Amino acid sequence: MSNTFLGMPTLPVFGSGNLNATEPFPKAAHRELGNAQLRANLGHATHTIRDKRLKVVAELPDWEEMRDAGSAIKNATMAKLPALLEQFEANFTARGGIIHWARDAQEANEIVTGLIRATGETEVVKVKSMATQEIGLNEYLQEQGIAAFETDLAELIVQLDHDKPSHILVPAIHKNRDQIREIFLREMEDVDPGLSNEPARLAEAARRHLRRKFLTAKVAISGANFGLADTGTLTVVESEGNGRMCLTLPETLITVMGIEKLLPLWTDLEVFMQLLPRSSTGERMNPYTSLWTGVTPGDGPQSVHLVMLDNGRTAALADEMGRTALNCIRCSACMNVCPVYERTGGHAYGSTYPGPIGAILSPLMTGIKSEENNSLPYASSLCGACFDACPVKINIPEILVHLRGEDVDSQRARVKVPTQMDLMMKGAEWAFSDGGHLNLLEKGLPLGKLVAGRDKVIKKLPGLAGKWTQSRDIPAPPGQSFRQWWAKEHRAPSGVEAGESAEGDQA
Amino acid sequence: MSAREDILNRIASALRDSPATPEIPRNYRRATTMTAEQRLEQLVDRLRDYKANVFVVPAAGAPAKLAELLAGTASIVVPHRLPEDWLSTLLSVGKDDAGSPAVEVDSPERRLTVAELDAVDAVVTAAAVAVSETGTIMLDGSPSQGRRIISLVPDRHICLLRTADIVEVLPEAIARLDATSPQTWISGPSATSDIELERVEGVHGPRTLDVVILT
Repeated sequence: MSNTFLGMPTLPVFGSGNLNATEPFPKAAHRELGNAQLRANLGHATHTIRDKRLKVVAELPDWEEMRDAGSAIKNATMAKLPALLEQFEANFTARGGIIHWARDAQEANEIVTGLIRATGETEVVKVKSMATQEIGLNEYLQEQGIAAFETDLAELIVQLDHDKPSHILVPAIHKNRDQIREIFLREMEDVDPGLSNEPARLAEAARRHLRRKFLTAKVAISGANFGLADTGTLTVVESEGNGRMCLTLPETLITVMGIEKLLPLWTDLEVFMQLLPRSSTGERMNPYTSLWTGVTPGDGPQSVHLVMLDNGRTAALADEMGRTALNCIRCSACMNVCPVYERTGGHAYGSTYPGPIGAILSPLMTGIKSEENNSLPYASSLCGACFDACPVKINIPEILVHLRGEDVDSQRARVKVPTQMDLMMKGAEWAFSDGGHLNLLEKGLPLGKLVAGRDKVIKKLPGLAGKWTQSRDIPAPPGQSFRQWWAKEHRAPSGVEAGESAEGDQA
Repeated sequence: MSAREDILNRIASALRDSPATPEIPRNYRRATTMTAEQRLEQLVDRLRDYKANVFVVPAAGAPAKLAELLAGTASIVVPHRLPEDWLSTLLSVGKDDAGSPAVEVDSPERRLTVAELDAVDAVVTAAAVAVSETGTIMLDGSPSQGRRIISLVPDRHICLLRTADIVEVLPEAIARLDATSPQTWISGPSATSDIELERVEGVHGPRTLDVVILT
């Protein structure tokens, strides 16, 4: 199949699963902001990681060159995705791997369940994977009578606490050491009752808890950080060794990977394995990286499967303004620097993908009209810190603005009667179209002063404008407008033209 | 239509604007600018930063260094093609002598089971290449390094490395490795940053990493 599309264009097919904000972001954020403990934990963690990232990025003289290469490689990947997928498939299959394709979350869950059933097992171990979180695999497997054990420390904490991840890299970022100790004491049957809150002791407790599981597991499920098209190689980047355990010990390995995770060349890994660790955990290199290509006789799992997942990725790809969101390598640098994420945490976004990247990726994959996802592109002050931090230079603020436009357009298409916003915009159009109109309006300023009263602030505006005053006051307007002041100050005294004043010379 | 055809069609339709394939600017560093001594010094520094134990010894001193590191260790596992001179002292002493460990050899003819590997105290392997800038040691499953499982299950990994196999930057290492070999890249002992984003060493992988660099 060539890259040139000759058939009938198909409408974008959106993704399903855990990709939705189920309540509007402002409402969810308001609730989360009320949790002082959460805010303290997040503030501490995001500042720690920011400092670490800046330090290791500053060590490299060619960081910007690396970002340029990373960005170009991902753009090239998307431009020739069909050919690369077929190349990857041929190479992976030639070495004994088996590839399955899944249009959406449901299909992927069914494929994985079928593969597990074929082994006769009812328990699987899992390496942390965003793709399986996105499709809700654990919940689906539970319904099918299959127990999935998360083995990443943070995922384990979240699973034991029956909670949801709040960060793509450190899912338990919202918990501090004392809370983690309490969860372990409450939920781990074999835990030492004298467990302290020291991170090293907590890590040791996790090691003991999972050791037997690793050594006896027959089936493992993983995600993948990169798939290399020219060799058919898969990569998992991790820290603890739980990934190595899952990728090496079991007989059967099932990997779920989004179709956008490819890189054209093995050589491209030299760029991404420098960008990813420094951007995500602020390390020069993560402790462990595993690479495998199909089956290696006598070494590791002998039954190796890969599920290639669409689930809305092709819909994101169809959006010419938004498709670079698929370049994301899930490093989480954007959330760690985001002033909004730092305060609300990940749960406020609803979707598996929180923070700035989630605010664009989720609506791109589900469509702007899905549940409350149209509120996500507004979860930003457009400060641009995410764009500066992104290792593959995704212009997140630009895509946020593009999606706000999509939202407004979709509302307009849906509602026949003009909305308050339409009326306000109409009013603004009239006011700013003519100096005389504006002058007329400005005559009303003293009225605002009157409304503000003695404390000289307006606390509540009516209607839609009331959203502005929900979280801030407006200072009383001045008694006269700038134009009125200017006219008074520059009433030409004899012999001097108004335009020749000192200020006028600067122009 | 199969899911495969369906997805490939969707992609082709999504790309009907035929986006350009950009040239890749590879203006980052792809070769070393350091001397061998500088690379060695950098690697030692970076490995220690990640809490690995590092020993730099002359090549001829490998057996003696191993014997010293393994004093008091009950049992070890080695891949079947670990250079013999590295282990000669240990093997010649034999299993029954007090103070030297029992040596299990993992080979294609006799693959150790998970339970057997779980019972040994340490693993000794070679390495394919190391990157000094990032403090990373790479294993590629060749016979001097063995199957992935043997360097994973024992709680202590002793890795022997030749200075000739130390490169400075990652692209140099990528050029030396074969993508399709099963690889493990190791930067320090197993660690986690999952609790308040502070790095602590020692989770599921070997909790002790000893790197012996042979000059």
